[in-house]
Parts: sequence; structure tokens; C-alpha cells
Amino acid sequence: MAKVKKIIKTITVDVEKCNGCRACEAICSAFHAEPKYSTINPERSRIRVMRHPLKDIYLPVYAGEYTPAECMGRDKYIIEGKEYDECGFCRAACPSRTLFHEPDSGLPLKCDMCEDDPPQEKPLCVQWCINDALIYEEREEEVEEDVQIDDIEIGIKSLADKYGIDKVVETLTRMSQKS
Amino acid sequence: MRYAETGYYLEVDLSTGSIERVESDPKWTELYMGGLGTNAKILWDRVPPEIEPFSPDNLFILSAGLLCGTLAPGANRTIVSTISPQTGLMAFSMMGGFFAPELKYAGYDKVIIRGKSDKLVYLYINNDKVEIRDASHLKGKGAVETQELIKQELNEPKAHVAAIGLAGENKVLFASIEQGRSSCSRAGIGAVMGDKGLKAVAVRGTKDVNVARPADFIKECNGVLNYIKYRADHPIKNMEAIFQNLGSPQEMAIVDEKWHTAGFMWGNVRTRRKDFWTEEVEEQWKSVQESVRTRLISCYNCPMKCGALISVPESPRYMMKCFSKLTYTMAAYSDLAFGFKIAQMATEYGVDGFSCPQVMAFALELYEAGILTDEDLPGMPSDNEGRHYWLLDRIVRREGIGDILADGTYWAAKKIGKGAEEYAHNNIKKIEQLPLKLGMLNPVYFLMYSTGEKINITQIEGQFPQEPFSTMEAREEFVSDWIQVPDEKFKKYFLEWNPRGENSNPFYPTPEIATELVDWMERMHYIDDALGVCAGLSSFPLKPPYHIHNYPRIFSAGTGIDMDEESITLAARRNRTLIRAVNVRRGMTRADEKPPEDHWRKRFPDLENTLLDVYYKFRGWDERGIPTKEYLQEIDLGFVAEDLEKRGII
Repeated sequence: MAKVKKIIKTITVDVEKCNGCRACEAICSAFHAEPKYSTINPERSRIRVMRHPLKDIYLPVYAGEYTPAECMGRDKYIIEGKEYDECGFCRAACPSRTLFHEPDSGLPLKCDMCEDDPPQEKPLCVQWCINDALIYEEREEEVEEDVQIDDIEIGIKSLADKYGIDKVVETLTRMSQKS
Repeated sequence: MRYAETGYYLEVDLSTGSIERVESDPKWTELYMGGLGTNAKILWDRVPPEIEPFSPDNLFILSAGLLCGTLAPGANRTIVSTISPQTGLMAFSMMGGFFAPELKYAGYDKVIIRGKSDKLVYLYINNDKVEIRDASHLKGKGAVETQELIKQELNEPKAHVAAIGLAGENKVLFASIEQGRSSCSRAGIGAVMGDKGLKAVAVRGTKDVNVARPADFIKECNGVLNYIKYRADHPIKNMEAIFQNLGSPQEMAIVDEKWHTAGFMWGNVRTRRKDFWTEEVEEQWKSVQESVRTRLISCYNCPMKCGALISVPESPRYMMKCFSKLTYTMAAYSDLAFGFKIAQMATEYGVDGFSCPQVMAFALELYEAGILTDEDLPGMPSDNEGRHYWLLDRIVRREGIGDILADGTYWAAKKIGKGAEEYAHNNIKKIEQLPLKLGMLNPVYFLMYSTGEKINITQIEGQFPQEPFSTMEAREEFVSDWIQVPDEKFKKYFLEWNPRGENSNPFYPTPEIATELVDWMERMHYIDDALGVCAGLSSFPLKPPYHIHNYPRIFSAGTGIDMDEESITLAARRNRTLIRAVNVRRGMTRADEKPPEDHWRKRFPDLENTLLDVYYKFRGWDERGIPTKEYLQEIDLGFVAEDLEKRGII
């Protein structure tokens, strides 16, 4: 594969600065609504704050790749006396939890750094985190070009994993005939 | 399609177990906005004055504000309304936290509870699935502990739970409702919840909240957020630390308590300790506060950090906000370490942080005066702090003397007799007030204390400085970026206000100006309480991001119902008068409208009468403080006029 120059976008999460307000979830869900900002629903957000206020656990986590399989990760980490489930750090939209799935369709969600036209200066969650728990940085790197599969394909793949490809084809055929 | 609101109420009858989802009337949104306003309308329509607070027919309403769950920063308040067992009047206590937005995401604007369950239950709302569940295993559990136990047994860590502790279960008349980092504490609403046999309400929602004009709405929200950032960089000059910033007074962040400890009263609101705050005290209190304060925390969608997780050694953790940090400390003449420790127990028991310390200090004063004796207080420890823990325990269990004290200082004094009434000296309309005793009458505060339907000064005041500035230069600087004033004349009032001599308290602000100032402050609070926006970003601090100029735009873009400054002002005044009507129908009179006798040393009976007359007239009420028929008809409250007329009140 060819090497290409690519802007790497990073969000640094400073858990000590998180005040647990979940503004990041609210603005993320609104930005990704259609039309933009028309609905708010943290369950559709591509960032979630894993919170356990009495244990002083505040952990903003971004939605990463969709995965069809459950993992082996059931370990626990103790960091500065606080016990975290490994699962809590994981960005995957996976079958073992409802996190990072659309609440109605079950389709997986993934952070896209708020791609927009014209581009946003920073992802919206960062703009709305005025306590600076989320810090955005860009840097240029040479990386190997990879093949991107688009959102629709990821979505259909996840439905196929859940219901079987035959059922999905059957449904799509029926829907296309109806319309 | 309904915007900003869900358009549905959840009606629950605990006597029969019936649960219904009922569509609300969209016209009400135009008239009363939502939250407190629509709560008042429901209480007016459905709870006539014959119904006692502890009747199964008293309603207990948990309402989200109109903008809760939208992007509006700080729109997270739950407004709880019922008839108060402490006052017999309408109670409307509020809490921040995460409950109201979650309720909206579950698809409801309000939960309206009637009836009584004969066994202890809790309500679980999970989107369309709503269940009344057994809570017998939670009997006697702490309010904080209960929230955790319910989330565990539902296996729903994202649920938000509002719960009562032992005080609510035992119908202590100043019992609170606790929820996450927030609580709803005044006027005994926790007792009504306990009387209904309702230990908790848990909510989990995964639905959308819609706004009508998204592009306009986000623009306004960004404006609010930017102004919050601006204010963080521009604290107000020439002011004590607690007045400089947005949010509730930053008690969890601020260590310097010179202003409170030297200015507010200690014990049973008796002693001023002007020289209390020394370097030594500051050092000691700083070390205590920093050692127990684990993290500063927020409510939903708000960047302010008004609360904190508190970890007192050898005690379970809890979350604290604001002034309860000092109320126990000062009532007990003790120190901050004691304050944090007893507040942990008080939060689990679920009691109001203003009333409860005063009730205990009142009891100990009665003991010193020989009105209560060892016979009344059998087994009370001899050390000061031990006595407070002992009294708190008796009160929430209603054991022995605790059964009397659990009714608050007003009712307890009546029961105890022997001159105890003299010691219940800090009440307005039967509710314990802030521990303040001052010198010169302040006409603006006189009106707010006397007439405020909330019966709680911190929830009325806010927009106008409490005291004049000494130099004209400082005054001019203050008004130079005062964009929040509804009218330029308010700047003039402030510029002309002097600390002494001409144009000073009590005769300036004049009754007319004082009335206009109170109207401005009340207007902002009534809008906040309908929309569910935290007063800490709006009506309470100086120079807030929400004000009368951007509120109509936010309301209109959110709901799709066009409002301008005039119509939103009218809606706020309508709500204010509707609550007044609920209370006058329940027997509240002009004679009840007064601050504690000793609140100010220098009183002016004639001026005070004039102040009330002018204020009532401005409001469209008669000289008894009762709304007139003409005014009620003018503001679309003709149905109120009809009822008051039928009852011979007007």
C-alpha cells in the first residue's frame, strides 16, 4: 500500500478535569442529528462519560470501531485506588453492550471528529468542554493508505451479524419493493 | 410534533396502581411555559384548599423544566411541587443534577403522583415501561445509599434516582429529596413523598428531545456558553468573592469564609462573631476542606462546578453543594470538620440544610433556658457535637423530643409552650430562614422576604447588588457592561444609590423603585423555574448569561412558539399571580407577609406598609395582597377570578 500524508486528529482526555456534566454527549448527539442540532439524545452520542460519582470515576470514552464479536476483556484495572472495568475504556460498538449503538435501530456509532462542511475548528465536544477535560490536537503523519468502508456498509454488516445476511437481504428487498 | 417539551405527563395513582401517559395541552406552554408554571396550573385545578398536605388527594409533582434536555446550558432543574405540610401553602422546591433531562429523554415532562401506597414502593420509569416496585427492603435506608441500591438492583447504572431518607419516611416536616449531587429541600416535600409511601423515583430514558428552530437555538446556546467563558475571565470587581462569579456561591471551591462567618449569625441565629475569621482559622479550615473535597462536580450540561464529592474519613461519601457547608458548623458553634461530618449523616437522612441545624440550635437554646429539661432530653450526651448527632437522630426517627422537633421550630414551639415561641424567631410563614440579622431595613429585601411565594430569599434575589458601591467611579464601572438590565433606568437607580445620607436605605430605593427591582428579580426567577434553567446561570448571580433579552429568543427557537420580552414577562407575571392565588385560596393573608421581627434592628412600620401597598398595586392585587378580578381577567386567569369570587374571597 502507498504511503500518504495524513492529518492525525487526537483528543487528549484529562479525566482529572472532567466535571461530569455530559455537555459533550449532548452536543455530539445534536451535531449528528438530521437536520443538525434538531434533536438531543445522549444515547446517540459518540462520546459517553462513564460516570460513577461516588467512586469519583469520570471517564469520557469515544466510539470507535464496530465489532461483531464479544472480546475476552473482563479484566479490572485499579488506577489511583479506583477500580475500572476494562470494558469501560473500550471504544468498540460491540454486541455485549448497548453502548455506542443507536437506541432505536441498534446500528453502531463511531466518532467522526465532527466532519463538517465548512470544517469545524475542533470537534464539538471539545468546543463545549470549557473545563478543558478534552483537548484537541492535529499533527501530520505519513501513514499507509487504507481502504475505508463507508457507514452504510458498516451498518448493514452489523445488521447481518445480528440477524443473518439472508434476513437483511429479504428485508431490503421487501422495503425496496414497497418504495 | 412538540418542541422542547415531550408533550406528555405521566399520571400515577399509588392507591390503585394505575399508570397513564397523558398528552398535555399545548396551549399551556404559551400561557405558563412549563415547569413551575404548569405545576401551579395543575395544583390550582386539581388540589382545592380543602385538601390537606397529607391527604391522598394532595398531588406530588416532579416536573422537568421546559428546556431541560435541550442544549441550553444549565437547563437541568427538576421542579417539585405539592402542598407543603410545614406551611399549608404551595411548596416548590427544586433540584439540579440529572433527573429532569433523563425524564425528558424517557418521554415525559412531568410525573404527577396522587394517592398513597400502603406499603413502601418506588417508581421505575424506563422509557415506555413504568413500574411501581416494592421498596420494603429499602425501608430506613439512607437517601444516597438508596439511589445506589436501586441502580444496582435494576442493573441500570445510567438511571437517575430521586430518593428520600429516614426523615422523609417519618414525615419530618423539613425532609428533603436527594438525587445525585442535588437535593430538593425546602418546605417538607420529602415528607409528602414519604406520606405517599414513595421511597424513590428512578428514571432512564433513551429518546430524542426536539427543538423547533435548530440553527437559531444553537446560536443562542453558543452565545450563553461564550458569555460563561467571558464571565470566568471577568469576575465582578469591588465585590466579596462569593459575588464575583457565576454559579451558586462557590462554596465548594472557596475557602475564604470571612464574609459568611463574620456576617451571618451563629447558634440559633443569635450571635455575630465579627472577629471569628483569623489566619489560624483560615489555615485550619483550608486544610479540612481540601482534605475532604475529592472533586468539584457539575449538573447536567453545565460547566460550572458548584458541587463537590466529599470524602470524610470513616464515613460514606456524599455530594455537597453550597451553603450546607456552613449551616451545621455555625448553628452548632463548631468547626468545619464537624460541618462536613454531620452533613454526611444529614444527607443520608434527607433533611433540609437550613431548617435542620436551626431546629437543633433552637432545642439546645430551650434547654439552656430551662424550657426543655433533662426529662425532655433523656440520654442526651454532654458534649456539644455529641448533642447534635443525638438530636439529629431523634428528629429523623421522631423519637421522644424528636417527634416534636421534627415539625420545625414554629410548630415545635407551639407544642412546647412555656415561652418557646420567642425562640422560634427566624421564620417567615412558618419556614426557617437564612441565619441573618441586620441593622438598617433594606426596602428591596423587605419586599422579597415578605411577599416571596418561595419563602426563601436565596431563590428570589439576585440581579441587583445587595449593597450600594461607595464610589461613583466603581458604580460607573459596574454599569458599563451591564447588558442584563431590562431597561436603562435600572442603571440610574444603581448609580444614585448611596451607602448613607441622601438616597440611602431605607427610603431609597423608593417604594416605587424597590417594586420595579423586585419585579425584575422575580421575573427572572419565574422564567428560570418554568424553563428549568439553573438560577446559578440566570436569576441568582450578577451579570448572568441568561437575561430578559435573550430568553425570548431561546424560548421561541426551542419551542417554535414566538415570544418577545413583553409576552415572556406576561407569562412570568401570570405564573407569579397564579401561585399567589393558590396560596390566598389556602388562607394566606397580608398579615403573613412579614420578615422575622428581629431581621433588622431598625424598622419603619409606615414605610413597610407603603412598600407592601405599592408592590401589591404594581402586581394587580388589592390591599390584602389578593389578585383583583380585573387583573386576573386581563392576564387570562379568568377561571381563577371565578373560583375566588365563588368562595367569597374577592
